[in-house]
Formats: sequence, structure tokens, C-alpha cells
Amino acid sequence: MNLEAVRAIYMFEMARTMRTLLQSVVSPVISTSLYFVVFGSAIGSRMAEIEGVPYGAFIVPGLMMLTLLTQSISNAAFAIYFPRFTGTIFELLSAPVSPFEIVLGYVGAAATKSVVLGLIILATASLFVPLEIKHPFWMLGFLVLTAFTFALFGFIIGIWADGFERLQVIPLLVITPLTFLGGTFYSLDMLPPAWRTVTLFNPVVYLVSGFRWSFFGISDVAVGLSLAMTLGFLALCLGACTWMFRTGYRLKS
Amino acid sequence: MPDPESRAAPGAVISVSRLSKTYATGHSALKDVSFDIRRGEIFALLGPNGAGKTTLISIVCGLVNATAGTVRVDGHDIVRDYRAARAAIGLVPQELTTDSFETVWATVSFSRGLFGKKANPAFIEKVLKSLSLWDKKDAKIMTLSGGMKRRVLIAKALAHEPHVLFLDEPSAGVDVELRRDMWRLVRELRESGVTIILTTHYLEEAEEMADRIGVITKGELILVEEKATLMRRLGRKELTVELVAPLAAIPPALAPFGLELSDGGTHLTYVYETCASGAEEEGDTHSIADLLALLSAEGIAFRDLHTEQSSLEDIFVSLVRRDQ
Repeated sequence: MNLEAVRAIYMFEMARTMRTLLQSVVSPVISTSLYFVVFGSAIGSRMAEIEGVPYGAFIVPGLMMLTLLTQSISNAAFAIYFPRFTGTIFELLSAPVSPFEIVLGYVGAAATKSVVLGLIILATASLFVPLEIKHPFWMLGFLVLTAFTFALFGFIIGIWADGFERLQVIPLLVITPLTFLGGTFYSLDMLPPAWRTVTLFNPVVYLVSGFRWSFFGISDVAVGLSLAMTLGFLALCLGACTWMFRTGYRLKS
Repeated sequence: MPDPESRAAPGAVISVSRLSKTYATGHSALKDVSFDIRRGEIFALLGPNGAGKTTLISIVCGLVNATAGTVRVDGHDIVRDYRAARAAIGLVPQELTTDSFETVWATVSFSRGLFGKKANPAFIEKVLKSLSLWDKKDAKIMTLSGGMKRRVLIAKALAHEPHVLFLDEPSAGVDVELRRDMWRLVRELRESGVTIILTTHYLEEAEEMADRIGVITKGELILVEEKATLMRRLGRKELTVELVAPLAAIPPALAPFGLELSDGGTHLTYVYETCASGAEEEGDTHSIADLLALLSAEGIAFRDLHTEQSSLEDIFVSLVRRDQ
């Protein structure tokens, strides 16, 4: 295994983040913090508790997941799309690096950034709302697994996209609405039965639910199902990624 | 049992065997191309635009999938044993594709890591100094001139100490001084044991540097030959004799030479192959001696003699036209 190459790609991507700290870290942290200020402190104090959890605290896992999903996808998608756009991808494709090593470098860096962002948001949230984490090991597990899975999804989008617009389409028009409608701000029990059934087709529900369980021990769906859905999506992404490299889809002619 | 057609010739660092590439559009960019690159040589691959030069390089370097055929680098198949094959190769692409926001040092160090080599600041420093980039090591690439960016691409290709270097149109868009600098660097690399394969539109460049020449056109390799042999075999010489007194017509005794009379009868021109019909070079010398003796015998006095030899460019143009 070419570990030096994995390290080089990983460090290259992390250095890019450090160069764009305002955009990469400060901006998502501020925008997520605004949700806490509005929903947690201002509106949250007038909302009833949900299954014994204050509303301000209840939305923390969902908001972390919102940032985690969008940032994982954006970071990884941009990381692989930009070399394709500028043409510098020739170096990656002509290097003695396997597809697995390329993915590990890019997706690892994107997932790292998202996990760090998630933890910063968690620390920021604890300034506004009282928080306790019932299952810290599982919380970290879901955080890392989700970040890695969606960074891989973003990597696939970065290979698929043939323009900057397409690069933004999935995170903005698919992931963000699904996250908002996936129980970020509410429990599924608060929905009418018909809508609850519809919502169960939203894969983000399972991610938010499992993550929230790790915080408060409450969930909309069984935690095992949440884990299985995440692993299933990871397997799907791995399959798509393998196919892309095997066929050279949008990478080689 | 190894495929006899994919067996590399002794001393070959790259062996291309029956290589073909047809793109999804149906365009056939390479047609059954076979040749070897010898270890330590400078090989110039010449051809008009769209001839298949970049496709050929791209297949060897792993950027394009071949439709058929095999390529071995250092004995390693580029598909089955791609790690070992690619580790041996450095590629300087035709386009100035660089990471604009990176510094020179960072991007060259990244290239070394990508090829699996541990960080070696002393080596990177040596490469940057040899390319006159040392004082720009902390500059962002976007602030560099086109020529400097070309040097950065060469530095990136050399960062992992390859022993085969592909230079795809290295002189495109660079000034004369940089071109001369690059020629010097290429010679130094060859002396250190690096095999160089270059494509170029500047025939002067190939004539100046190459040991062997390959000519590709319409996806077919029509010739691979030692540069000196090629120029001797296909080159033409032109002898112009400036006469003291103008001639009204060429005397019948001189007819076998196929001379041309010009400038009001004051110049006689004799065009001959440098190694016509497989004859030895001395044969041509005799012909000229015969011509001069005949001129003297006919009482034709001359004031001056002037010879010109065809360049690689003339040979290339004639080869490509012949193929068309």
C-alpha cells in the first residue's frame, strides 16, 4: 500500500482547509450557531419538552447532522472535482496509487474536516443549551461513520459532476431539504400518521434518529435500523465508487 | 508462457506492442503501434497535430485506457503491474495544469509523496535549484509566468526521481532562453541515466537533442530510426555553383547530373541525396568531384561553391506528405 501517497493527498487537502479557514470552518459554525440562538434560546424556551428533552437540546444532534452531511459532501466533491476542472488530475491518475488509496486520502480528509466541524458545533451548542451525551462512544461512532459515508457520496458527485452547478445540485436541492424534513427540528411522533409513513422513506431520518439516540437515548426508529441504513448507504457508495474507477467513468477516456 | 509479441527487446526501458486506441467517438487514434525505447536515450516522437502522440504518451502513463496491445515499462506491464510501471515514469504534460493556489515547494513535495517517496527536502531543493526555481519556492503558482509554470511542471515530474521522463511539447509557449535551459537540463538528465521521450513541434529541438526519431501520423508509426541515419538516408544536399560567365544552356556533357540553371545563367544547382540508393557517402563525393572535373573540362569557370543540407524539418515534412 502506498501510504506516502495517502498521506500526501490527506495533508494536501487539510492544508487547503487551513488556507480557507473562514469558509471551511468559521462560516458553517456561525450559521449553525444561529440556529441554536433562534431555535434553542429564543423559541426553544417557549417549546414543550420532547420525550423529556428540552427543545433546545433536542435539535442539537439534528443540526450537527445537517452540517455533517452538507460539509462532508461539499468538501469531498470539491476536492476531486477541482483537479478534474483544472486538469491537475493527470498527476493523480499517472501516479502509482490505487483507487482505494485515492479515496482514502480524499474522503479521509473530507470526513476529518466534517468531524472536527461537528465537534466544534457540539462545543458551541453546549454554550447555549444544557447537554448530556448518554452514549459517547456511539455518538463518535455515528459521527465518524456518517462523515465518511457522505464524504464518499460527495466524492462520487465530484466525479459525476461536469460543472460547478451540478456540484451544488445534490447538497443544496436534495440533502438540505431531506435533512430539514428528516426530523432535525421535530420528532416523527409530532407528525400525522400519513406523513410519518412518508417520512420513513427519507434516509436522513435514520441518521438523525440514531445520532439523537446516542445523545438522549430516544429515537424515532430502532437504533439497529439506523446503523444498518448508514452501513447500507456506505456499501452502495463503495460499489458506485469501485465501478467508477474500474470503468474510468469521467476520469479516463 | 510470455506473449512473444509483448516481449521487450534487450536494453529496452519501454516496450510498446501492437498498441491501438479507438475512442468512444469511433476515432482511431492509434493503429497497431509497436516500438521500443532504449534505456538512456533521448527519443523524439514527431507528428502533426492529432497524429496520436499525446494519446500514446497518455496510455503509457495511465491516463488513457488502450483498446488493444501491451506496454511494458522496465519490464512491468502498465495494467497488471501499474505501480512499478508508473513509479518509473515522470510526466510533463503539454498543458500548463498547475495548482494555482499552492506554493512551488508544496506542489513539488506533494508530487514526491504521491509517487510513494518519503519527504526529502534536500532533493527537492536540488531540483528547484537546477530549474532556477529556488527563489520562487514560497511563491504561489498563480503568480508565476508561463515559463516558470513550465519549470514547476518539470520539477513535479522529477520530484520522485523517475528514470523515464516524458516531455509532451516541453517548449510550447516558452521563450528562447528557457528553451535552451531546458535542452541543457534534458542533456544533464540523460547523462545521469534518465531516458527521455519528448514530443515536439520544434523540429530544431529534436534535431538538436534526439538520439532517435519516431514519426507518427494518423495513428500509425511510420518510422523509427537513429537521427543521424535518418538524416543521412533521407536528407538531401544542394550544391550551388556560381559561374564567372553566364551560360545560355546546360552543356550536353552535364545532362546526367540533372542540373538547374538560374539567375540569368550565372548559377548551376545540383541536388543530390546524401546517401542515394543506398550508396556510400563517398559515392556522392565522387559525383561532386566528377561534376567539378566536367565543368573544368568544358571550360566553365566558377567563382564560388555553396552547399546546403536539408534539416530534420524538411525530412519530416516530406515523410508526412509522402504518407498522406
